[in-house]
Amino acid sequence: MSTNGNEPLLAVDGLEKYFPVRSGFLFERTVDHVKAVDGIDFAVEEGTTLGLVGESGSGKSTTGYCVLQLMRPTGGSVRFEGQELTTMKREELRRMRRQMQIVFQDPYSSLNPRMTVGDIVSEPMEVHGIGTRRSRRESVRRLLDVVGFDPTFTNRYPHEFSGGQRQRIGIARALALNPKLIVCDEPVSALDVSIQAQILNLLRDLQRDFGLTYLFIAHDLAVVRAMSDTIAVMNQGKIVEVGPAEQIYNSPQNEYTKALLTAVPVADPRRQRERKAERRRLKHALSEGF
Amino acid sequence: MALLEVSDLRTYFSTREGEVRAVDGVSFEVESGKTLSIVGESGCGKSVTALSIMGLIPKPPARIVSGSIVFEGRDLTQLRDRELENLRGHEIAMIFQDPMTSLNPTLTIGTQITETLRRHLGMSKGEASRRAVELLEEVRIPRAKNRLDDYPHRYSGGMRQRVMIAIALSCNPKLLIADEPTTALDVTVQAGILDLLEELREEHQTAVILITHDMGVVAEAADDVVVMYAGQVVEQASTVELFDNPEHPYTEALLGALPSLEGEGGRDARLASIPGRPPDLLDPPPACRFAPRCPHANLGDYCTVEPPELRELRPGHWVRSAHPTSERAAVAV
Repeated sequence: MSTNGNEPLLAVDGLEKYFPVRSGFLFERTVDHVKAVDGIDFAVEEGTTLGLVGESGSGKSTTGYCVLQLMRPTGGSVRFEGQELTTMKREELRRMRRQMQIVFQDPYSSLNPRMTVGDIVSEPMEVHGIGTRRSRRESVRRLLDVVGFDPTFTNRYPHEFSGGQRQRIGIARALALNPKLIVCDEPVSALDVSIQAQILNLLRDLQRDFGLTYLFIAHDLAVVRAMSDTIAVMNQGKIVEVGPAEQIYNSPQNEYTKALLTAVPVADPRRQRERKAERRRLKHALSEGF
Repeated sequence: MALLEVSDLRTYFSTREGEVRAVDGVSFEVESGKTLSIVGESGCGKSVTALSIMGLIPKPPARIVSGSIVFEGRDLTQLRDRELENLRGHEIAMIFQDPMTSLNPTLTIGTQITETLRRHLGMSKGEASRRAVELLEEVRIPRAKNRLDDYPHRYSGGMRQRVMIAIALSCNPKLLIADEPTTALDVTVQAGILDLLEELREEHQTAVILITHDMGVVAEAADDVVVMYAGQVVEQASTVELFDNPEHPYTEALLGALPSLEGEGGRDARLASIPGRPPDLLDPPPACRFAPRCPHANLGDYCTVEPPELRELRPGHWVRSAHPTSERAAVAV
């Protein structure tokens, strides 16, 4: 069960997720595949963050789901602490999932509106048969306190809270089973800037305090930079560039990475004027390449 | 005289819980050929301001309580619906955030462009479709002629926003209001749309009101900026001045909360966050609306009792705060 010396916490090799495209009436057959994830490799060391960045449709969220086996990949391998997840049976996987949790993008639709805050946070512990009713109630209070959510509100419902507060509830739930890995799928993209900073700081504090490992998926390149040790850039189902965060941002090698970085406007009008010129030059160069 | 002058605009919504002061005393001007950005977080009143100018606020529950919106010498708040209809889409046009829902899925792209041309410019069917092709070419839709008969679902998000821009520009409007025009788009697509808006503005000398929450987009595209908070203008200046010398504690905090893409501030820099959240506009704080979250306002300060006025600190730089940056620095010395 234990990690062997060289094995990273999460190792992904040749991961593929193809969706069949079917055609025909009565006798449907598969005519083609959409290669959402098309043979990618990466590894995440314990206690670090891998930032997975890309535009919509690049396959970054599908990758997150395939890592957790919420979607079964069509090829490749996903190893967590050296154990292969892709061939695991349901029951085995269920036990593994204590170690791996997810925080979703939309705190408005990812929390059950009919459950109280307390029930939402304690549900994972109930499902996995952890503790007694009493000890779980104690854990819920502790977890909510850790994420900066007032524990006296455990009997309220999600709709009574703002987006930032709801995301804190989602994070408390993800922490309930004391996981090692958390997949954060666009955790702040639905939030306003001032609230976004609160949640990013919280995620960093939790990582430091609990030694968490993150697979951090986002489209916002500045947000990913603030969170990640290593960055993988995805485009059309493939990782086009991977490396230490500062290297990717300061000296990107891949043309797509360069185009993506220069496309982001920065909050500095003078600098942005230079960047705009650079972006147009690059676009010109790219279009001449075709 | 500026093309558009908004003075002391107040738009309130009546709800069961009481009156929501979505826009509460907003003033600004826009000149031809210039881009004014209105920036703020959700619920600050930036979109309601835009809809008020367009005469598109839902009445009831909303109503313009006071103020004027003077466009080329005419007060839009006093116009009849019929007169507004003639102005809308013709002299003042608008593009919305979501290109996926702002086109009618049951009509072809061509029909949706020619509709405006025929309604406002009285073009014949043939004339209008020839013009529609030109417009699609102008917004860089490849093979425009063949794509006129397509339905919106055949267009990507970026292309749909280009179509929206084509429709908005079809009658050569003097004022274009763009409400988060790139928020739903990928950054590489956003860059193309911002480039396009800039080219078209320069070519036609259109005045643009660009509503956004993204300070990067402001830095790229705007000449002047209005920062809104809780239904009010809290700061106003030229873009360079605002980013160089932010005065309002809210603007300062907003800029500080942004993770940076370049230079210092990668993994280790802590992000400055603003504690708490914007006030409930049913019952806003009695004086300065930012006071409860302001790091410089102490309990019992006069700004927590008396609402601060919008005042001109330097020529062209307005701020609504008792604790602007430059005055704090002076006190500290």
